[in-house]
Amino acid sequence: MPDNTTIAQVAHKPDHHEHPPYLRHHFESTDQQADAAGFAMWIFLLTEVMFFGGLFTAYLIYRNWYYAAFVAASHQLSIPLGGLNTLLLITSSFTMAMGVWCAETRRKNGLVLCLILTFILGLGFLGIKTIEYSEKIEKHHVPGFHYSLQSFLDPDSDKEAKAAGDKPLPLDMARHTEVYFSLYFAMTGMHAVHMIIGIAILGFMIFRARAGAYTSGHVTFVENFGLYWHFVDIIWIFLFPLLYLISRHQ
Amino acid sequence: MSQQNEHDEHVEHIVSPVVYIVILVALLVGTATTVWVSYVDLGIWNPILAIAIACTKATLVVLFFMHVKYSTKLTKLTVGAGIFMFLTLISMTLADYISRAWGSW
Repeated sequence: MPDNTTIAQVAHKPDHHEHPPYLRHHFESTDQQADAAGFAMWIFLLTEVMFFGGLFTAYLIYRNWYYAAFVAASHQLSIPLGGLNTLLLITSSFTMAMGVWCAETRRKNGLVLCLILTFILGLGFLGIKTIEYSEKIEKHHVPGFHYSLQSFLDPDSDKEAKAAGDKPLPLDMARHTEVYFSLYFAMTGMHAVHMIIGIAILGFMIFRARAGAYTSGHVTFVENFGLYWHFVDIIWIFLFPLLYLISRHQ
Repeated sequence: MSQQNEHDEHVEHIVSPVVYIVILVALLVGTATTVWVSYVDLGIWNPILAIAIACTKATLVVLFFMHVKYSTKLTKLTVGAGIFMFLTLISMTLADYISRAWGSW
């Protein structure tokens, strides 16, 4: 039965109580509806935890196996760029949280501003990631046929490796740096895909917010998107130390 | 409505911007600390500290930015169950890797 027929029939019932237009008819109250949506969002996020969890576990195990290779390869990453990205992402999480607050307190202009700031900070993150990726491409550190071992067999020829004081690795160990970069690209790449999806949804939300869609009491969409955005932030909070920081002195 | 009392328990809680600002500052301090600590040679403690700081930051985000502190028991249980499940899977996998070549190292 189409929705409008249902509404028309229900509207004729004398005992039909008043309710906001966004309350679906299979829910008893807006509270129940919001709880159900939040619960579902968390279930989705848990599947994401399992997905990234697999990557993190793989990283942990391979780091143990090919420790020297992982240490040398991680010296190729730039802590200032990674740190700056952490800064951008944490700030974008803050602006998103403020956006949820604006939606809850029905501040339309505030919400639009927060969403735009989140959008820009997200793009900034991807921009810096692009710089980092292009460095890897230039140095042939992308796993595949053109992968180069030079930075690890002859560290003195490489700016980053020399700065970190790397010793030359034996060939079989040097070849395992490719495992590090495979995981690096898989993890940061999947994270970036989540960012791109998030930014696309943000763009859509900015238009809807300007039309006043989220500031009339129905904040579920903004709230659940906020959960997603914060989740992506949390993944980066773990990626940054694990990929960039923990092998600095080994 | 008969469930009125149940609903009163979780009337939409609006987290104040002050809380968000405090959390933002805490997260920025955490980031600065973890970067600073990584430049100090602490041997085996480097990764342990880095992961401890990351867990603290993640907990702050989950509790305050993601409103779990102010959510229903159902949400809290869901999040708790998810983390428990994840840790179980990780420790079982690692237990396998540690014990597979037991004694031969």
